[in-house]
Amino acid sequence: MTENTADGTMLSGGGRSRGYLEEKGFRSWALTLDHKRIGALYLYTTLFFFLLGGIFALLIRIKLMYPGQEIFSNHTYNVLFTLHGSVMIFLFIIPAIPSGLGNFFIPLLIGARDVAFPRLNLASYWIFVAGILVILGSLLRPMDTGWTFYTPYSAKTAANVTLLSFGIFLVGMSSILTGLNFIVTIHTLRAPGMTWHRLPLFIWGMYATSIIQVVATPVVGITFLLLAMERLFGVGFFDPAKGGDPLLFQHFFWFYSHPVVYVMILPAMGIISEVIPVFSRKPIFGYKAIAYSSLAIAFIGFFVWGHHMFVSGMSKTAGIIFSFLTFFVAVPTAVKVFNWIATMYKGSITFESPMLYSLTFIFLFTFGGLTGMFLGALATNIHLHDTYFIVAHFHYTMVGGTVVGFLAGLHYWFPKMTGRMLSEKMARWGWLLTFIGFNLTFLVQFYLGFKGMPRRWAEYPPQYQSLNIVSTVGSWIMAGGILVMFSNFIRGFFRGDPAPANPWKGLTLEWQTASPPPTENFEEIPVVTDWPYGYAKRKTAGPPPRFFDRGAGDG
Amino acid sequence: METAEAGDPARGHGGQMMNAFAQSAAASPSAWKIDAVFLFIAVVSLFFFLLVEGMLIYFAIRYRRRKGAEEGATSEVRGNFILEVVWVLVPSLAVLAFFIYGYVVYRDVTTPLPGASDINVVTGQFVYEFKYPDGRAAMNELRVPAGKPVKLIMTSRDVIHGFFIPEYRIKQDVLPGRYTYLHLQPDLEGTFDIYCTQYCGVGHSTMRAKLIVMPPDAYAAWAAQGEGAKAAMSPPEKGKALMEKFGCMGCHSADGTVKVGPSFKGLYGRRVELAQGPAVMADEGYIRESLYDPGAKVAKGFPNVMPTYKGSITDDDVAAIIAHIKTLN
Repeated sequence: MTENTADGTMLSGGGRSRGYLEEKGFRSWALTLDHKRIGALYLYTTLFFFLLGGIFALLIRIKLMYPGQEIFSNHTYNVLFTLHGSVMIFLFIIPAIPSGLGNFFIPLLIGARDVAFPRLNLASYWIFVAGILVILGSLLRPMDTGWTFYTPYSAKTAANVTLLSFGIFLVGMSSILTGLNFIVTIHTLRAPGMTWHRLPLFIWGMYATSIIQVVATPVVGITFLLLAMERLFGVGFFDPAKGGDPLLFQHFFWFYSHPVVYVMILPAMGIISEVIPVFSRKPIFGYKAIAYSSLAIAFIGFFVWGHHMFVSGMSKTAGIIFSFLTFFVAVPTAVKVFNWIATMYKGSITFESPMLYSLTFIFLFTFGGLTGMFLGALATNIHLHDTYFIVAHFHYTMVGGTVVGFLAGLHYWFPKMTGRMLSEKMARWGWLLTFIGFNLTFLVQFYLGFKGMPRRWAEYPPQYQSLNIVSTVGSWIMAGGILVMFSNFIRGFFRGDPAPANPWKGLTLEWQTASPPPTENFEEIPVVTDWPYGYAKRKTAGPPPRFFDRGAGDG
Repeated sequence: METAEAGDPARGHGGQMMNAFAQSAAASPSAWKIDAVFLFIAVVSLFFFLLVEGMLIYFAIRYRRRKGAEEGATSEVRGNFILEVVWVLVPSLAVLAFFIYGYVVYRDVTTPLPGASDINVVTGQFVYEFKYPDGRAAMNELRVPAGKPVKLIMTSRDVIHGFFIPEYRIKQDVLPGRYTYLHLQPDLEGTFDIYCTQYCGVGHSTMRAKLIVMPPDAYAAWAAQGEGAKAAMSPPEKGKALMEKFGCMGCHSADGTVKVGPSFKGLYGRRVELAQGPAVMADEGYIRESLYDPGAKVAKGFPNVMPTYKGSITDDDVAAIIAHIKTLN
């Protein structure tokens, strides 16, 4: 039903169109206003930092193989876990899906030719790069505070906290501009007939994400400015000796950094909502429930930051309120999971790599979410807080959830972005090794945490060693999986089989144009007449469902 | 000293809840209660885990399409309102139960224990200092007699540190510039780890101390032996001297007479009506705040005339003054 819509994309024989990739040269990339090229730039940049952050992680695990290993100093270890956290969060997870895949696919999925403000989009990429350069500059005296920057330690340490926080300030600014751009794009540039309830669920996820980016990110910017003033001028916002309050910093910090975990997870959930129906050949189950639960998560997510602070010295009353609210973020999340699984019911399911990653997302994220129950409950939190249980929990949600969702998206959209297919065999090996390695690395950490091993420890008592060895070996297997996966990306990029316009028989609009798409995305802007999840195959013969007409206008 | 290391049987003792966690067996009433919450959440979560993952795997196998097979007919169903309501309500009830149980036990283990003896804890990079009411002090070793509840009154000299006793399942951050508290019920004799859980610099991972729960008679012998290590004055004595030196007694009495300010007699632990509004508990934090920022919480019916002592007294002085006020109850 889709072959006929792929017109103009598969030139038979040699002369294959490279679409938006046609133009070559540095300037054509550095000054491009094409959302697809900007999205690709973000993806290259963030994937680079994913690998770099991964190398830091491997070094951390090597240090932790022995209770008190001298392979490098404890200070170096402290720097490494700070870099691992900062790089993975600020330079990979936060920008990868929203700015990378979001930039590339929001206009394609809503039937637009570009984002609302292409120049702002380019500016936000270069602000992001400027932020990265500042952050790299801070490595001259590298940070050792952890990615959380808690005062008063961060106000006192000799490291380059001011520079690093200024770098993150810039990265945050880029994030705000991108979010703003997406909100306006989704409001104003939807193809004719694409009402809100016909939007693909990835767009709903990105919309909720963008709202959080715009509302929450300024707070972390202000927080880091205050921290810089504290360090440079000794103003004393957070220093009790000067009438300041160290807890104030934590409130500010988590007021941003908690909502931002939803910036990480909501777009990943959006990807899963796209992939599951395509590979199950079923309409998505509970469209509105999934769409509105994204908004609910974004909204409630603003009121739960205090659950990072149950043992911080915050008042008990605050702890009780935050614990209560925290549990109610779990409900819209559970709703999504149930709807995805219901989508698979009576489907006709195939397991290409995007689907494998999506099922892995549901599997691991459910586990990560349920272990969060122990942390949301006040009584168990005071035991588990700041131990490896926390480390394991957020890696299950952030890696098992966000990163796996991102990888689902990369495998799903790779043919669209590059015009080439990945090797399915390599994709499966990469998936298998990553899955085994990931679980080996982090499952044992729940147990370590329950046994009391605190996080951010360079040395530990010997009773914790055996499980740490398991965890380290797991990290090597996972690294092997990522290596296979990236080899597959590189091989696919240069030598992969040419991709048809619609390899997965998807109904969303990005599959109705060439792979890779032309610079203007669509020859003619389609007119949407139904939702994009009409995958059910009827028993009776008849025309397949269509949810758009082409060429009825050029919006 | 001699009994401490021998008192190790506690390690195996508290493990009725989770034998598997031998190294970190629960060793206090708080730990048993918290382990029970853990177990409750674990059982309910395991149910949901098996339900969700079971359905996921079952559907994946049951509805798979065989290689090369035609796309099978699939249902056109787009949703089901009743199902949506069910899977909003059922998880809501589960998390409500988690919240309530977690809250009840939290309130319980953070409530001061009657008859507790106070021990001041001062943290600094990268040591714990314990100060007993009779003037003894010790580094990185907290000795307490078994069976007698203890209240830790903690503050930090520099950055934020953590105070975590894995075998008691409790922790609390220790902040500069204010007091935080932990309430211990050391029923089992033995030696237990104390870990710093808030990253505090290069020595963070070696900032560890021991909680040594001793038989009461051995503790008494140790305390007597420790006489020599005492400071010249016990904290309450030092506090009394300081209060005379600073002229506190000009406005406050020790015998209940109302002068310019409220009397110290029976002050500690009382609810104080404030001029600005609701009452507060006169605990360590309140007394400390009143010394540093007297105008912040003025007792009802008294003028706001007290000068601040910020800059003229040290944290040690404050702890001593509080210790003295406590003796006036």
